[in-house]
Amino acid sequence: MSNIIVKERDIVIPGEVLAEGMDYLPGDNTYREGERIFSKILGLIGIAGRVIKITPLSGPYVPKVGDKIIGKVFDITMNGFRMETATAYSAMLNVRDATTRFVRSNEGLDQILSIGDYAVVKITKVTSQNLIDLTMKEPGLRKTDGGRIIKINSQKVPRVIGRQGSMINLIKDKTGCNITVGQNGLVWVKGTPESELLVTKAIKLIEQKSHQEGLTEKVDAFLTANKGDIKVEAKVEVKGEEQ
Amino acid sequence: MAYKERTDGRKFDGLRPMEAKVGVIPNADGSAIFKAGKTTAYAAVYGPRELYPRFLQNPKKGIIRCHYGMMPFSGSGERIRPGSSRRAQEISMVMNNALNPVIDLSAFPNAVVDIFIGLPQTDAGTRCAAITAASMALADAGIPMKDMISSVSVGQVDGLVVADLDYNEEAYDAIVSDVPVAMTHNSQEITLLQMDGEISKDDLVKSLKLAKDVLEKVYEVQKNALKAKYSQD
Amino acid sequence: MIVNKKTISQLAKVQKRLDGRALTDYRQPINVETNISWTAEGSAKVQIGDTVVLAGVKLSLEKPYNDTPNQGGIMINAELLPLSSSEYESGPPGIKAIELARVTDRGIREAKAIDMKKLCVTPGEKAWFVIIDIVTLNDAGNLFDAASLAALTALKSARFPVVDEKTGAINYKKKTDQSLPLLKEPLAVTIYKINGSLVVDPTAEEEKAHDARLTVASDSNGTISAMQKGGEVPLTIDEVEQICDLALEKAKFLREELNKALKN
Repeated sequence: MSNIIVKERDIVIPGEVLAEGMDYLPGDNTYREGERIFSKILGLIGIAGRVIKITPLSGPYVPKVGDKIIGKVFDITMNGFRMETATAYSAMLNVRDATTRFVRSNEGLDQILSIGDYAVVKITKVTSQNLIDLTMKEPGLRKTDGGRIIKINSQKVPRVIGRQGSMINLIKDKTGCNITVGQNGLVWVKGTPESELLVTKAIKLIEQKSHQEGLTEKVDAFLTANKGDIKVEAKVEVKGEEQ
Repeated sequence: MAYKERTDGRKFDGLRPMEAKVGVIPNADGSAIFKAGKTTAYAAVYGPRELYPRFLQNPKKGIIRCHYGMMPFSGSGERIRPGSSRRAQEISMVMNNALNPVIDLSAFPNAVVDIFIGLPQTDAGTRCAAITAASMALADAGIPMKDMISSVSVGQVDGLVVADLDYNEEAYDAIVSDVPVAMTHNSQEITLLQMDGEISKDDLVKSLKLAKDVLEKVYEVQKNALKAKYSQD
Repeated sequence: MIVNKKTISQLAKVQKRLDGRALTDYRQPINVETNISWTAEGSAKVQIGDTVVLAGVKLSLEKPYNDTPNQGGIMINAELLPLSSSEYESGPPGIKAIELARVTDRGIREAKAIDMKKLCVTPGEKAWFVIIDIVTLNDAGNLFDAASLAALTALKSARFPVVDEKTGAINYKKKTDQSLPLLKEPLAVTIYKINGSLVVDPTAEEEKAHDARLTVASDSNGTISAMQKGGEVPLTIDEVEQICDLALEKAKFLREELNKALKN
């Protein structure tokens, strides 16, 4: 006799029983033991057909090939740039993946990126030990310049972007800021100081309420209520910057 | 049996009033505060992050590392000199053993999840409060865990088997036994078991069964604290 | 990991900050709580924005120092707990903790805030020694000010424990209603210089972007009792004077917050 104990959007803690019997399948962040399916993290239940999965409400970023992230240069070696990525792992941006132009052998690499610089990069390889290779050569990837970097929990990134970018575009439209969201939870915001602050507050609001429904409406209402804080300027088109 | 009424009036299976909250340390990846009577424990989780020294790294999975510490003004008598004591190091180790069985860090080879404990005030049951807080902080940090761990002390005071001994009971002028216990919630298996004092085997088994019962109440407090952070307001 | 150094610097030049505050505003909320630890003779929890520190006072009876046989003593210790920030590790205090402890200590000791003579019980033999331990719970910047406020609050709320008249033993579980002999109430305010502008109550990020800082401890009548300059960039005499004025003004503000808390 199969029995599902939780329902869509329930909040569960690690070890909570989600379902009994063999009719249901353990999806992301769950596990089966004997006849029962259990939760493996603190998160939100999602049921798709027979699969029960959990969306984490917080948690570490797991690097994946193809992810666009924002990293910070902390070391320059002979071959390129070592970057912090808000993970436990070392990430390497080789100089030949950092720029399309020819780099002389005696040229200082800090002409491209200096220690302390942030850059929008893409993960090209992840080894079994989670060592990361990066590239900055594709369109949309570049050193950040101006504006500010903020950090959110990487599990909230999908909510900040929204379905097909609906949430992030809402924020961009209402504030006039350029916003680049890294999958690792780092976000680059650029606009006027006041509009950047409003974006920061809106994103923090999403972080806090990510488990709730009607989030887009809430954020819309928040931005409308606070639009007196900023002067909404026409969005500046900067080549290669937009996502 | 001389000890019939507990020093603070509780029934033999009565727990001290408990309070718990998560997300109390913004800098941490996960955090919690847990109070049992006058014992308060903060737990803060940082990680997974790079692990040094390198020789501690495990290429198959990440590890946890507990750091138990009492604040200098948290002892019930004189000031405690800051710095790691042997007691703190041992407690850190048994905490690791208490939490490890449920933790899954296979997705984070070579990394460490550090769990820091700080106690601003104590009245016995400190390692139990620490483990209970750490379990919540780990869940708050989104660390994959098969189950929660809950912890309480049990034992006997002058022949009466009791739960959640406070300092007065531990120091009671008679034969006393203090048994800190931690258990998983689903399978109710023991992950922490220590004892000091004197106890008969029968009373020990009675104590462990008592622990199994009262830990349900501790678990409820942990569960409610975690869910309270995500209310639907 | 995140430090928007350039942006903070550029904004400071035009009198702006990342979080939209005025340069001379403290963060909100500011919370001061006493008696957060039943085991301490006096204790406090101070929150400024996201920064939270605890302070605990422990009293003990010791033999006075040889050169001051009629006086008790005071010591302030600070620990930057690893639980309060990913930047701190377990182990002995680093230079940041040592500076925090010594600056807070000087502010209170040099102000002669405590009447050391009144701490003496038997000259040459027994006197009360006061140890304040400051411990960080969440370091989001401006530990100097939070620590100083916490230490003073803990001192004010401290009560002597009962001493057994016959044996002289301290019963730490029972408190008298006798408070410490406080003569003054010094508070430290740290002003940061970022790209030419003076900033109050920096966040952790703003601290990393600073050129210089000056901590000024002062009493309620405006007397300065301790100072400490930090940062690699020099300060002019005019700047020091400006900073002192600002620090005295802000100390008044913090004192009001402290008194509000103690009323409850």
